This record gives sequence, structure tokens and C-alpha cells, in this order.
Amino acid sequence: MTEKSLHIDWIACDGRGLCTELLSELLERDEWGYPRALGYGSDVPVPRQLQDAARDAVALCPRLALTLS
Amino acid sequence: MSEALWALGRGTGVISLILITVSVVLGILTRSGRPAFGMPRFAVTLVHRNASLLGSVFVLVHVVSLFFDPYAELRLVDFFVPFLGTAKPIWLGLGTVSLDLLVALIVTALLRRFIGHRVFRAVHWFSYAMWPIALAHSLGDGTDAGTVWFLTLAGLCTAAVLGSVGWRASRVFVEFRGTRGAEEPA
Amino acid sequence: MNAQTINPQSLNSQSLPVTTTRQTTSSDRLFLAGGPGFAQHRQVFGPLPSLSSAQLIDELRASGLAGRGGSGFPAWRKLAALDPAARGRSVIIANGAEGEPMSAKDATLLARAPHLVIDGLLLAAASLGSGDLYLYCSGTALDAARRALDEREDARRIQLREAPETFISGEASAVVRSIEKGVALPRDHRKRLTEAGLGGRPTLVHNVETLAQVALVARYGAHWFRSQGVDDESGTRLLTVRAPGNELRVIEVPGGITIDDALRRARVDPASLSAVLVGGYHGGWVPAQAFGTPLTRDRLAPFGASPGAGIVMGLAKGSCPIQVSAQIASYLAGQSARQCGPCVNGLPKMAETLSRLAGSHSAGGPLPATLAQEVRRLAHIVTGRGSCHHPDGTAQLVLSTLSTFASDVDAHLAGHCEEARA
Repeated sequence: MTEKSLHIDWIACDGRGLCTELLSELLERDEWGYPRALGYGSDVPVPRQLQDAARDAVALCPRLALTLS
Repeated sequence: MSEALWALGRGTGVISLILITVSVVLGILTRSGRPAFGMPRFAVTLVHRNASLLGSVFVLVHVVSLFFDPYAELRLVDFFVPFLGTAKPIWLGLGTVSLDLLVALIVTALLRRFIGHRVFRAVHWFSYAMWPIALAHSLGDGTDAGTVWFLTLAGLCTAAVLGSVGWRASRVFVEFRGTRGAEEPA
Repeated sequence: MNAQTINPQSLNSQSLPVTTTRQTTSSDRLFLAGGPGFAQHRQVFGPLPSLSSAQLIDELRASGLAGRGGSGFPAWRKLAALDPAARGRSVIIANGAEGEPMSAKDATLLARAPHLVIDGLLLAAASLGSGDLYLYCSGTALDAARRALDEREDARRIQLREAPETFISGEASAVVRSIEKGVALPRDHRKRLTEAGLGGRPTLVHNVETLAQVALVARYGAHWFRSQGVDDESGTRLLTVRAPGNELRVIEVPGGITIDDALRRARVDPASLSAVLVGGYHGGWVPAQAFGTPLTRDRLAPFGASPGAGIVMGLAKGSCPIQVSAQIASYLAGQSARQCGPCVNGLPKMAETLSRLAGSHSAGGPLPATLAQEVRRLAHIVTGRGSCHHPDGTAQLVLSTLSTFASDVDAHLAGHCEEARA
């Protein structure tokens, strides 16, 4: 398993908050509900132990706004 | 044997109605972006998906069991083309319509990643048509439709869906509604 | 108070007369033909040279030519990024959309030397074997571009497209979508345009000035190109210089000249200004005491600025810098494509908070000291969280305002304005 990165498509994102629940160690919600990773913008590095959670977030995002690569 | 099939058909029909109702209510909850019933948001989405899939399985058992039941007089074409049935063609036809809609909903949901969000969402709006048609089918075609327990159940399901739809249409529906500016629909 | 109010619409390029330095100077390259006609162009620059893709990429690499559209991305890299197997399907777009209201150089270039742009486009296409070619520019430059395209046989295959007059119309993915679907909105950038752009084909979007420079590098070589400018800012570049009370000027200057020199060349008295905004609305403020700063990436970086698309906008002495910045930030907030949540919500709030800070002296009392921190916090929240760089650029301008005019920000918090009082 190599280093993975979670990409947020901001046009698709509607800030529904599922990813911030599943990846609370990685993402917080800004004051409008959109996900935010401190220090990162659209591409967030995902540590190994969070990759399963990241995969769940990708699968469950109601807006298909996430990709893990 | 045919008694068993008949019972199976009836039972699975009732359970399908319950699961589809749960799915519609949780689908609306999912859209609101709010946690509910002590579940976090992702769990609401998961239960919505699983209730839909499980409901579909029950619908499948429902139609297959009645297909093999000689009393029901179902033909293969009745699965796909509505209003051709020999017994109660209108009420059976409504069942066919809701089945077809359900298949479209499930298939587009499973292929969401490939067909894109736009197509998925457009088809998903048909949930609001599928549910009342399925309910009408159960009331018109169901063996138990006249019983108090079924009417009570149907009433509860209707109240749950109407309540959710009413909330859906209200101003307070979407989380962060008050703090967000208008975004162009993607 | 001698306020310099900015109405970005009225400052739009079409509403102001453009003056360019007419006499030929040693740094004149792009305008050397002396007119937009093809005959003059041919006479001065000669026929199109023929270069293989490897030759062109090597030459561009050696020249150090950086993109002139704003991001300053090395020109050779985009060409090299194309998968050699996919080159035949590739699309090249010459981007002349100047959404930036402060910029007039691309329209000027298309009006005065359109054939160098066309040359650059054709040269890149010939070396890569590209298929479709487009020239995308705003309405003001459209006629000049069409006239030039009609003048030459080899330009028949270039399709002309009009860019809408919005700030983000020139953003590369917005350019592609505008040509594709008629709406100039950015798209998500997970896939590079050089992999999948117009209609899914590999696409190169180059600024028109970059292409004009490509045409020169291809003809005269990297060594010649570097004979002007400095190491990390090679060749010449076009600048749009605006200052209150002065005519708008588009000038060609050697790379890396100082701000002071640039202003003088545009016949603006540096002593009349308290600061300049370098790089346009997504740029940064450089104060008068630092006018000796050369226009290079490294030296401008401490001010949150970069040579960008070559914009130098003067701020008249006596104008409140916070107020001017707040007006720009409000304009930029209004120019959001309204596609991404953090931009839609964050930019207006950031602009509003900066406006509150700017309006302190008219508001009467002192403001809470946390107001400046709040502006900074919002700038950090929006940065990097959009499909294009509009939120990043807007945040950059705002952060640069807070740091360049730090003492004036404090004065505002205390209820007055340093600059307007002076």
C-alpha cells in the first residue's frame, strides 16, 4: 500500500458532512459545513491507518465528490 | 405448495412496503445532511442504502413467489409491462410500474459512479412516484388490504412519508441553510 | 479624504484609451513589425521556421520562457507534458481572454501584433502534430483577431472563439468549457487538461503573449531570447501600467526591471504613488519604499505578488489602501463562479470583513482588534479550497493588504486612516 491522497471536487461537494464523520482525524467542517483538512486544499494525504475510512467516505459521499488515488 | 407461495407472496409484499417506506424516509434524511435517530450521517446513508437493497430482495421474492402461484395468474410480461394482467389489471399494473421504477432506481444507484451524479439524481426523483404507486398497489391488490392491521400499517407508512416530504419542502430542511450563500446547482 | 474609488467595470480595458510607446526602443520585440498587417509581419520576421517537437521544447527550455497568463508556468513544460502518443489528437488554445479588469496587454498584442500569436500557435501545432487550434479572446480583440486570421492561408484552420467578460473566463479549464459548452466555468482539476481537456482530448492552453514569445524563440533561439531580461525572468514581457491621473499604457520591458523603472517607462511619476498592486487583482501590494524591487518571482514573493500577467496598478498618495483593497475584494467575491462552497461563502464574508475594517473612520469608533485576525482567518479558510485559483488569488490580495499596510490596518482599528490623513 502506497501513500494515498483524497481529492475533493469542490464543484460537486455540498458539505453534507459524511466524510468529516468518517475521517474526523483528517477533516473538520468549516463554518458552512464543507470539509477542511488543516494545511491542505483539494488534495489531502491519507495516512495508512485511515485508508479504509477514506474508501468508505468515497463510497458514501452523496455527491460523488471524493476520489482516492 | 401453492398455499405456501401465496402466504410468501403476501408476507413479502407487506415487508417490502415497510422497507421501501423506511428507505424513502431515510433517503429524505440523507438529503438533509443531518444525523438522525442517534445515527451519524454516514450511518443514515448506509441504512438508507441497505433498506433499499433489502426491500428490493423482498420485492423480488414477492413477484417470483406469486409468479409460481397459479392463483395469481401472473405472466412474465406482467413484470415489465403494466396493465396487461388478467386479474385486477389496474392494481396489478400499478405493482408493475413501481417494480420497474424500483429496478431503475436500484440500477442507477449501483452504477452511480459510472453514470454520474446528474443522471443518478434525475432518476432518483422518481422515488417520489414509486412509493405512492407501490402503496396503491398494496391497497388495491393486497389480500389483507381490508384488515385493520394492514390499514393501520399503511396509515403509519403514509404519515411517515408525508411528514418527511413536508419537512423536505420546508425552509429548515438543509443543514447550514441559514449560513450558506446560494450556489449554482452543479 | 482624497479617496481613490475603484469601479472595476469602469476600469475595464475597452473603456479606457490604450497608449503604447510608439518609438522603437531596444526592448521592442513583439511590436517590431510596427503594425498588425501580415505583409509587414512577414517583412520583419520572415517565414515560419520549422522545428521538431524536441527542438522546440529544448529551445523553450533553454530560453526560460515563463507563461505570461498569470501563473508563470514554464512554457516548455506544458508541451513536454503531452503524451507523445496522443499528440496527434491534441488541441491547442491561444488564450487571449483578459478577465482581469486591470489587464490590457493581451488585447493590445492582438490588435498590434496578432501574427506573432498566430505564428506561435501554428509553430506549436506543427511541431506537436496537433489537430484542432483555437484562438479565444474577449470581444474587444475579436475583430483584430478575425482580420489577422483572414489575412493568411495557413491560419484557416484556427477557429476563433469569443470569451465572455467575466473575471474567470481566462482560467484554463473555463476556457476549455467555454469552447466546449459555451459556459466559461472552471471544472475540477483532478485530471490535467494536458491529459483530458477539450472533448477529452489532450489540450494545451497558452496565453497569447506566451505564444508570441514562442514564435520569437523558435526563430531567433534561446540565446537571443535571454539577451534581454535577467536569469530568472528572461526575455521581454508586456506590462499593463495603470495609475490614477495617467493614461493606461501597455509597454514591453526587459524582464526583471524594477517597479520604479517600469513606472517611469510608462511615464508615471513614482513619487505620486504610495504603493503599486503587482500582478493584478490576484496579486500583491508593494509599498513605495520598495519600488526598487525587480519584477521577478523571487523578489516579489515577500509581498505576496508575482509578475503574473504583467499588471502594475498604482495607488495614488492620499488614497486609503484598505478601502481600495476592500473594493477589489468585493468585486472578486462577486466574480465567483458560484460553484464551490468555500468560495461562494468565504469570499463575500472575507470582503465584507475587510470592508468593515476599511470603513472604520467613517464608522466612528474603534473596531475590535480581532477584526484583522478574522480577515486573516477567512483568507486561510478559502485558500486552496476551490476548483480554480480564484479563492487563493483573492485571499492572496487580502493577506498582502494586511501585511503591506500593517500599520495602516492598526490605525484603522484605532479609528482613523494613516494614508488618507497624510
